[in-house]
This record gives sequence, C-alpha cells and structure tokens, in this order.
Amino acid sequence: MAFFSGVVDRLLGRQQPLPQDITFRDERSFVAQKHSCPSCHAHLEAGELENNLYVCPKCGHHYRINPAERIRTLVDPGSFQEFSQEIQSVNAIGFPGYEGKLSEAKAATGQGEAVTNGTATIDGRKVVLSIMNFKFMGGSMGSVAGEKLTRALLTGLEKQLPVVVFTTSGGMRMQEGIFSLMQMAKASAAIAQLELARIPFFAVLTDPTYGGVTASFAMLGDVIIAEPGASIGFAGPRVIESTIRQKLPEGFQKSEFQLEKGFVDTIVPRTALRKTLAFLIDTHPNR
Amino acid sequence: MDQSEIQKKIQELQSLAEKNSVDIQSDLKRLQEKLNDGKMTPADLWKKIQLARNADRPTTLEIINHIAENFIELHGDRAFGDDQALIGGVGLLDGRPVTFLGHQKGRNMKENIRRNYGWAHPEGYRKALRLAKQAEKFGRPVITFIDTAGAYPGLASEDRGIGEAIAHNLRDFALLRVPVLAFIIGEGGSGGALGIAVANEVYMLENSFYSVISPEGCASILLRDPNKAAEAAVQLKLLPSDLMSFGIVDGVVPEPDGGAHADHALTAAHIKTQINESLKRLEQKTGEQLARERMTKFLSMGRFVEEGGPKPNFFQRLFSLNRRT
Ligand SMILES: [Zn+2]
Repeated sequence: MAFFSGVVDRLLGRQQPLPQDITFRDERSFVAQKHSCPSCHAHLEAGELENNLYVCPKCGHHYRINPAERIRTLVDPGSFQEFSQEIQSVNAIGFPGYEGKLSEAKAATGQGEAVTNGTATIDGRKVVLSIMNFKFMGGSMGSVAGEKLTRALLTGLEKQLPVVVFTTSGGMRMQEGIFSLMQMAKASAAIAQLELARIPFFAVLTDPTYGGVTASFAMLGDVIIAEPGASIGFAGPRVIESTIRQKLPEGFQKSEFQLEKGFVDTIVPRTALRKTLAFLIDTHPNR
Repeated sequence: MDQSEIQKKIQELQSLAEKNSVDIQSDLKRLQEKLNDGKMTPADLWKKIQLARNADRPTTLEIINHIAENFIELHGDRAFGDDQALIGGVGLLDGRPVTFLGHQKGRNMKENIRRNYGWAHPEGYRKALRLAKQAEKFGRPVITFIDTAGAYPGLASEDRGIGEAIAHNLRDFALLRVPVLAFIIGEGGSGGALGIAVANEVYMLENSFYSVISPEGCASILLRDPNKAAEAAVQLKLLPSDLMSFGIVDGVVPEPDGGAHADHALTAAHIKTQINESLKRLEQKTGEQLARERMTKFLSMGRFVEEGGPKPNFFQRLFSLNRRT
C-alpha cells in the first residue's frame, strides 16, 4: 500500500520541531488577563482560560484559538513536527494591495500563512495535522492553504497515517482569483486519493467555517466533528438575509443546527476532543 | 405555487437579479472590435461581462438540442426532488451516447422563476453526481455546460446542505473513470460553477467568464463599494484569455460575430467541434488514466513560492510513482 514510500519525506525537505514557545502572536491579549466572557459575561481570572483549553468554565463558550493553542491543547507535549512551512504566497493575479495584506497578516500572527501542517501524536497515536488560522486573513484559502492541505492529506497517504484537519475560514481568498477557487477542487482531489487508499480523514469544524472550505474538505471527513456553538455554512448569514429578505431563525448554521440537519456526525467539546480523536483513530484503522 | 408564494419568490429572485442580470442590446459591434484589441478598460470589460450574462445566449438545453441527435432529460436526485436550475440527461452525439449536465437559465421572468435564474440548490448538484455515476457505469463521457452566478445563497439551500453537495461532487467527479468535459458557456460563478466543472478538459466560450466571486461581490467586500464592480472585474482576471494564460482552462471556443446570442446554431456547432476533438483524444485512454490525469490536473493548480523545498511538478512526480494503483 505504500505507493509513495519515502517520496514525500524527500520532497518535503527537512522537518523542524515547533518550539514550545512558538512564534504565534495572539492579539487577543485579553484572553490571558482578567476579563469577562463575551458570551455569559462571567468574570474570568487571569490564566483561568488557558487552564481550561480556552473554554469558559461558566457557560462552555468555546473561544476561537490559533494553531499554536490547538497544538498545545491537543497533542502530546513535544510531539509536533511542523512541515511545509516554507511555502509562501505570491500575488498570482497581480491583485492591488495583496502584498500589503499578506505582510499585515504575517506581522499580526507571526505565521507565514493561514494553514499550519505537522505530524504529532494524540495520546500516543501518530497523526498528520493541518490547522487553519482565522486570524490570518480570515482563514481565507488561497494557493498556499490549498497546497498545504493537499500535502497534509498526501502525507497521510504516504505515511499511512490518519489525517485530522481543523477548519476555520471565511471562504476562498478573492485576491488570488481563479487560483483560490481551484483549491477547492485540489483539496477534494487529494481526499479522493485517500478515499481510494482507505486512509481515515477526520474534519473538525471550528468557529467559523464558511464558503469554499465548507463546500470542499470540511464536508468530506470520514467523520465530521463540530465544536459546540460554531457557525458552519456555505453562504454567510448576511448574504442569505439579503436574498430571502427576512431575518434568519435563531441558531441558524450553528453546530447544533448542522447536527440536526444531518451534516455533522457529532459535536464534541474541546475538553473531550483528545479522547474522542484517540477513539476514532483506534476504530478507523488503515486497511 | 399560489399567488403569495410566487410573489415571495419574485421578490427573492429580484434581489438577485438586480445584482446580476443586465440589458445589453447596444454597441455590440463596437464592443467586438474593442475585444479584439486586447487591452480593455473597465467599461469595455464590463460590456463583456454583460455579454456573458445576456439572456438571449444559448442555454444548456438549447445547445444540447442543437448538437445531439436525440436527448432524454433525466430528473431528480432520488432524495429530495428535481432541481430545474441544473438539468441532465442522456443524448446521442454522432451516434455515441453521452451524458449531458448543465445549469439552465430561463429566457424570461416566467421561465426564470422555474429555473431559479440558474442558481441551483443541493438537489441539483446531487442529481448531477447521480447522473455522472450512471454515465461511468455505462461508459459514457460526461459533458457539462456551466452557466450560473453561483449556488443558491438561500435558507433552503443551507438547510439541505449545499456545501456538502458541492464538496461531494468535487471529490467524486475527480474519481470518474470516463471522459469529463466542461464548457463555461456564460457565467462561471464560484463553487456553484466548479461543482460540475472538475473535468479532464475545461473550455470557455469566447464571451464567458469564470471567477471565484462575482465582480459585484468582490466590489462590495474588497473595494467596499458595490458600484465598483467593473473595476473588480478587471482585478479578478476572469476572462478566457486570463484563464488560458494561467493554465486553468484548456481552450476558448469562438463565438459568432456579435456574440453567442447572434447565432445559436453556429455557437453550438463550434462547441460540438471541440467536443468531438476532445473525445477523440480522451476515448483512447483507460478509465484509470482519465481519473489519474484529472486528479493530477487539479492537484497541480496553484501559484506559490517555496525555498529549499520541493520543486514544481511535485504531484506529477508523486503520481508517476502511483502507476501501479
Ligand atoms: Zn461564559
């Protein structure tokens, strides 16, 4: 079954461990300080959230987190090995002002793009991870995000490892024009390869997941998990409201709505995610 | 539908039509001359967008009727219903059975209410996949015609999982073991277009466009001014010539003088010539080759730089090792 034996390793070049004091910058500095929960307004002490996986201990509100926080709260300490970080965006269609937007996003996040790839272990089980970052231009998916996702998926294929993708995105990156649209087909073609090789692919949908990401890999997981209270949809609520010219019902497009409509398998709170993924990995062996 | 339902539907569609439909009867000849000049101003380009959206352009069913000796439309997704904005069926093309799929717009308000202006719902995409798999089962090529502003951005569409429906088409069209050809015949609008455009070869009619977002949408989101749609259209690089230079599409099908609406039969004949030329080539290949080449084509799309890492052709090399599968 190892069709791509050694190839990805060679082609992907060296792998570097992500230092524990990783360079993600968190502009939500309030999270680490005393503040009130944006959902229930309960008073939270400094450091309280960090110890609770960025979930409000009073109401269960799931704060949006960046890839570094995801890694820290999910994988076995020291097990994360980043790859594909050298891939950088270019202004492929000469869109005015795009370079500036990219520089701002890089400065704000300390990251090169909206997707972070790596291998890691979850309770001792080896996986390939691809994690999106909403803080990087709204998690918008251009050529680099598409390439990174595709490499994560094909690395799973080559190494015969399950692939876990964390989605959060406003949609495709308009500044890359048609190239961004094609990334939907690209990632889906990579998933088609996994389908043929029976490699498990788990999608974890986090707040918010919209547009081309929903209409491609987010909805193609062998198991689709949603975090509680996440907004998940294709068209955004404002677009839909302007189409139907009426207010949307309460809870529309939330995880719970998608569960009821049959588009996600299960809603898993962040506190139970590690155990759930470990169970799913055990129950979905590669064949 | 009763009167109030129709009224509501009209309102709903008008809000979309305002943003997307157009009236373009003038200056066609002058426009055609400008087009041949190459360099276009936003105003010139906007006329081309309007040409692509011209309500008198040949629709999917009209093209099929021109090029197929016989055609039977096949309806329904077998789960929810039949979407008349995305049609499909089996036809004979020079004696050879093929499966046709395509977005279907109407010619007037009444038809467009039935056709939802070519904005398909999830059941349309699911029907398309059902018919594509049927084509695969019986070894027929799949030929798709794309003409949509996008998948329908409405409540019902979300309720029934438009994201899931398009996603499955993207994955499963990639795997089809028969030739797949796609033609952008008017508007190629975002995921709604791509949902039936994962093909071995993708062609655009001379006066069509293909884009990640409508010029209007791009103008209001990125330029923060919906009136700057023409400017956004220039920036998005959505014309056939742009997409040819990017290597995203495989060819441009010429239109008659004045545009496709001026002569439906001739437009259809040009499309048929391209279909026959492509099928002659693709029918030489095995199902496995067709699927692998289609996947490689889309896996290779994207522009980025990478220092000290893999060189271009990463996926071609990967796939050349996968020949045994
Ligand atoms: Zn709270």
